[in-house]
Amino acid sequence: MLLDLRGRSAHGDRAFRWIAIGAGALVLLILGMVALVMVDRARPVLGEMGLSFFSSKRWSSADGMYGALPFLWGTLFTAAIAVAIAVPVSLGVALFVTQVAPRWLKKPMVYVIDLLAVVPSVVFGLWGVLVLSQHFGLGRSFLTAGIILGIMITPIITSLSREVIETTPPSEKEAALALGATRWEMIRASVLPHSKGGLVGAVMLGLGRAMGETIAAALVIGSALGQVTVNPFASGNSMPAVIANEWGEADDMHKSALIALAVTLFVITIAVNLIATAIVQRSMRHSRGKST
Amino acid sequence: MIIESATESVKALRPMQRRAAPPLEETAVVFDAESVEVFYGSFRAVRGVTMKIYKNQITAFIGPSGCGKTTMLRAFNRMHDVIPGARVAGKLYYHGVDLYGPDVSATEVRRRIGMVFQKPNPFPKSIYDNIAFGPRVNGVKNTSELDAVVEKSLRSAALWDEVKDRLRHSALGLSGGQQQRLCIARTIAVQPDVVLMDEPCSALDPIATARIEELMRQLKSQFTIVIVTHNMQQAARVSDRTAFFTAELDAKNDQRCGILVEYDATAKIFSNPSDERTENYITGRFG
Repeated sequence: MLLDLRGRSAHGDRAFRWIAIGAGALVLLILGMVALVMVDRARPVLGEMGLSFFSSKRWSSADGMYGALPFLWGTLFTAAIAVAIAVPVSLGVALFVTQVAPRWLKKPMVYVIDLLAVVPSVVFGLWGVLVLSQHFGLGRSFLTAGIILGIMITPIITSLSREVIETTPPSEKEAALALGATRWEMIRASVLPHSKGGLVGAVMLGLGRAMGETIAAALVIGSALGQVTVNPFASGNSMPAVIANEWGEADDMHKSALIALAVTLFVITIAVNLIATAIVQRSMRHSRGKST
Repeated sequence: MIIESATESVKALRPMQRRAAPPLEETAVVFDAESVEVFYGSFRAVRGVTMKIYKNQITAFIGPSGCGKTTMLRAFNRMHDVIPGARVAGKLYYHGVDLYGPDVSATEVRRRIGMVFQKPNPFPKSIYDNIAFGPRVNGVKNTSELDAVVEKSLRSAALWDEVKDRLRHSALGLSGGQQQRLCIARTIAVQPDVVLMDEPCSALDPIATARIEELMRQLKSQFTIVIVTHNMQQAARVSDRTAFFTAELDAKNDQRCGILVEYDATAKIFSNPSDERTENYITGRFG
C-alpha cells in the first residue's frame, strides 16, 4: 500500500485564507469608493474653475468663485509651524526617556505622554481659544493653530520615536562609548543613524495628522478669507477647517468646491506618506550598505 | 606555528607555586585588581578577583559560560557604568590610579582603554567615518591628519589593502571578519593604551579567526591586550598569561558567582595547572 500523505484536513486554513483576502479586498474597495465618489462630486467646480481653483485667492459663493489657495496655504503653513514645534520637543523627550531618564521616571513619563495622545482634539482646540488666544493674546491666527497642532502631534511623534530609538542594539551604543564618546556623541553616532528611517516616518505621520486636523484648527485659526501671508499672527483658514465651517449652509456648487478641497487634502496626505516611505526605504538601504 | 609561542614559553618554565609571580618577562603593571566584585543589582556576578595585568602582553580570560569573565573584562573600562544597577566594588588600579575614583571620567578611561566586542559592531556609516569617529570625538578636526590616522589604523589592522578603494562605502558591506578587523582598527585609531577583547572571534570562521590572532600578536608590541575567549586553543595560541574563572555556588543565597581560580603563565596553565578545577576544565572533563 502506498503511503498516505494527504495529511490533515485544511478546512480551517482555507477559511482563514478567504477571510484574510476578503478583509484586504474590503479595505481597497472602501478606499476606491471614497476616491471615486469624492472625485466625481468635485468635478463640477474643477470643470468651472480649472487650475485657478488652486491658484486663485478669491473664495466667494455669491460670485461662484472658488479659489482654494488661501486654504492650501493655511494648511501647509500651520502644519509647518506644528512640525517645527513638535519635532525638537518630541525628539528631546524620546531621547530623554530612552537614554537619560532613570528607570523610576521612565515609566510614568511614557504613561503621561501616551495619555496626551488620547485627549480629544476639541479639548485642545478649546484650550487654545481660552489660553493662547485670550490669555496670551495670540488671537486666532496661524500661530495659535500651529502651536495647538504642534502640541497635538507631539505625543504621537514622541511615542513612535521612542519605540524606534529603543530598537538601537546595545552593541551599537557600546561601540561609541568604548571609543571615549560622551552620551550625546554616542547618540549622534549610534542612536540617530540607526533610527533615522523610523524618525522620518514618525514626523511624516505627525505632519499628516496636523494637516488633516479639523476641529482644533477650526476653533483657533480665525476663519479669515483670502489670507496668503507668512505673518504668523494673521488670521487665516485651512482646508479641513473651512469644510467644517461652511458645509452646513453650502449650495451645490459650494459643496462641490468643499469636496474638491477634501480631495486635494487627500492627495497631499497620500503624497506626504509616499515621500516618507521612500525616504525611510532609502535610508534603510543606505545603512545596510547596498548603496553609497 | 600555532603553538610556537606557547612552547617557547614552556622552555622558560620553572617550577612555581599557585598564583606565584609568573616566569614571564615582568613588564610594567597596567591593571592591579584587589578583591574586585561586580554586582548587577543585588546579584553578585563576580567576587574576590585579585590579579595584575602586564604591559605589552596578551592576557586571556577563560572559563565556562556564566563564570564572570566578560563581566570582569567590562570592569576594566567602566562599561558597567551604562548598565542600570551595575556596580563595581573592591579596588581596581590602572597605572596606580583608582579607576573608580571620584575624579575619574569614564569617557577618558574608555578613550585609553578600548574594547572590541563579540559581534562586530561597526556604525552604519562609511568605513572612513567608522575609523575617524574616535579621533573626531577626541578633537582631531584636520582632514589630512584624519586621513593619516585612518590609513595607519587600517594598515595596523591588516585591512588597508582590502578597503583602500572603497573607504566611502558603508562598513556594513564588509564581511564579518573584515568588520571585526575594522572594529579593531577603529579601536586603535584613538591610540589607546589597552585593548580589551570580548570573544572577538566567536562570530567568525576559522580563516578570519586566524587573521585576528595574527593581528593580536603584532599589536601586542604597541598595546596591552586582554581577551576573553571560549576557545581554549585560542588562549593557548595567542596569550602570554591565562586566567581561569569558574562559577561557584554561594551556599548562603543559592546564587552562582564567578571567581578567579588560577592565573599564571599560559604555558603553565595548559601544561601543569596547579588547581584541579583548572585541569578538569582544560582537559575537557568539565565545562
